[in-house]
Amino acid sequence: MTTTIIFTIVSLTLLGLVLALILYFVAQKFKVEEDPRIDDVEAILPGANCGGCGFAGCRAFAEGCVKADSLDALSCPVGGNEVMKSVASYLGMTVAEKAPQVAVVRCNGNCDTREKTNHYDGYSSCAVMSTLYSGDTGCSYGCLGHGDCVVVCSFDAIKMDPRTGLPEVDQDKCTACNACVKACPKSIIELRNKGPKNRRIFVSCINKDKGGVARKACSVACIGCLKCQKACAFDAITISNNLAYIDYNKCKLCRKCVTECPTHAIWEVNFPVRLPKPVESVNVEQ
Amino acid sequence: MSRTFSIGGIHPSDYKISANAAIENFPLMDMAYISVSQHLGAPAEPVVAKGDKVKTGQLIAKANGFISANIHSSVSGTVTSIEPYPDLSGNLVPHIIIKVEGDEWIEGVDRSEDIVREISLESKEIIGKIADAGVVGLGGAAFPTHIKLSPPPNKKADFLMINGAECEPYLTSDYRVMLESTEQILIGTKIMMKALGVKKAYFGVEENKPAAIKKLKAVASKGYKEIKIVALKKMYPQGGEKQLIDAILKRRVPSMGLPIDTGVVVHNVGTALAVYEAIQKNKPLIDGVVTVTGKCMTEQRNFRLRVGTSFDTIMYAIGGFPKDAVKLINGGPMMGKAISRMEAASVKSTSALLLLTDKETRRGVEGNCIRCSKCVDVCPMGLEPYLLNRLSRALRLEDLEINMIHDCIECGSCMYSCPANIPLLDTIRLTKTQVLRIIRSRPKK
Repeated sequence: MTTTIIFTIVSLTLLGLVLALILYFVAQKFKVEEDPRIDDVEAILPGANCGGCGFAGCRAFAEGCVKADSLDALSCPVGGNEVMKSVASYLGMTVAEKAPQVAVVRCNGNCDTREKTNHYDGYSSCAVMSTLYSGDTGCSYGCLGHGDCVVVCSFDAIKMDPRTGLPEVDQDKCTACNACVKACPKSIIELRNKGPKNRRIFVSCINKDKGGVARKACSVACIGCLKCQKACAFDAITISNNLAYIDYNKCKLCRKCVTECPTHAIWEVNFPVRLPKPVESVNVEQ
Repeated sequence: MSRTFSIGGIHPSDYKISANAAIENFPLMDMAYISVSQHLGAPAEPVVAKGDKVKTGQLIAKANGFISANIHSSVSGTVTSIEPYPDLSGNLVPHIIIKVEGDEWIEGVDRSEDIVREISLESKEIIGKIADAGVVGLGGAAFPTHIKLSPPPNKKADFLMINGAECEPYLTSDYRVMLESTEQILIGTKIMMKALGVKKAYFGVEENKPAAIKKLKAVASKGYKEIKIVALKKMYPQGGEKQLIDAILKRRVPSMGLPIDTGVVVHNVGTALAVYEAIQKNKPLIDGVVTVTGKCMTEQRNFRLRVGTSFDTIMYAIGGFPKDAVKLINGGPMMGKAISRMEAASVKSTSALLLLTDKETRRGVEGNCIRCSKCVDVCPMGLEPYLLNRLSRALRLEDLEINMIHDCIECGSCMYSCPANIPLLDTIRLTKTQVLRIIRSRPKK
């Protein structure tokens, strides 16, 4: 009995030792040399793994940072300039400061301004709905309102507003990770510069139909009337395919276009209320 | 025991309630809205301008590119504009809008009822004439017929197959055509056989249409011996070409392949009639037989409808919407799509308009998958819809490709049989297009 136990213990110990030795040498032979800096850079990063940087996750981004010659093309949307600065100082490189961005929903056709023309009772998903048909309103460009953007947001920054049926972005929580932009089958959401004091002006419509058609479908659609382009002193507004677009790099936030727009398709955000308050101005608090 | 395809399939209730309604000519509309994109492939290029006078049967848009089809005016009148107009899915597509003035046909069209039996043209001429007449597949996909009839040189067709299965519930347009234009279809089949250079054709009809089978067999025995009429067991989706080939010849179309890979070319009954009219009567494809049906309707109708009739006009002609109808579906209940805009107009491949009530269309509350495998049992392509659904929701495109999502024929059998009301087809269709795009973008070996 005792001999059996002793024999078992000794043989198993020996077997264990032999295997440990084999494992040790194999590990030495096939050792993967990894830059220890990758771990450190990863520790600096926020760890959201959102993929907003274009890499598969934070570790992949850290690896990209360590291997890159210059950090200019790389940016972590969640961490912003601060995180990129600390990554740069750790790696002994410099990084250009990037203007913070925010997701902007370019549709303001709510239940009152954009009449429903039919009733959709299929699976509640914008992507599925857009494969089936143009949508439940007369506008074939506008928001479908099933909240695919809400589902993909990892930061709880986008919510459906039950009053308007449109998604609403929380500018403090939004990290401009691009997830909602990719999820929207109608390409309504765009990343735009947050602007000084978070003030920004944008065209809240992407309808490319002719003015009359667009207006018939939605009373707050951009009709491509060129008024805003004429009013703009900074050449920031371009109009193509019956649709105005404001270049946020050129826009000086003078708000002339906002008052000019006959359909109130141009929105101003976070501006103080105008003193001689125009009757029809739209002031949106996001 | 009669033949059917080997895997899957369901038995939805028949509801062929419009089967006894003879085909009647639909009254001429006031305005025709003719889409330039009625077929698979590139949209046709309009060759008329605003203000032009056109006659019925005149070419108004020319095929643009290899896969495309000519479009002819279905009415005579004045072109009022060429502008974006909602199509069947509500998207704005260029339409040629014609104000109807009388019904003056172009010269050369034989509009008599006489049957022309002599096929005088040669194979090349037949294909050319079919292309000129703008004939497309009328089974649903609207693939240009002349391309299907000219297979690539490395592939040879052994058989022609005519699809008279009409497996969708409610639909009776093919059935009425088989009954009323029996000999014309068989002549059309012979024309296509000549174009393809094949010696034998199969004509598949489901057993729930005994009158059509009887009449086809009777006519085929007198001078059309090379066309074999095959009675098939009733099973959905037998009208899918892959299923039909499997049912009749027990040949399997390879994944991502076409029927021609098994040496078969499949055409619909409606297409056979359109080919007959194009070749023997010089009549381009400007109308089609459309079933207007629904349990909520007091009178079931089968119309011969000109292309470009708006759905408004059709509903007005049948006396307006029945009181309890909530949904108008273009096609059958299984694969048809609901129409979202009534101003949209019919196209070449429109074969049915189905009116459904709230009770018939209501979707059940979605539950959890209990792995009952009903969807797997009924899938005619041997896929696992429950798995594809889960992978689709997670957007795992690579795994979806491994699970052959691109083989899905979108018949909806899985969704029909699901006891938990899971919208299987909705999610599968979404990622199927993405996977197909990835596969097609890969360089060919």
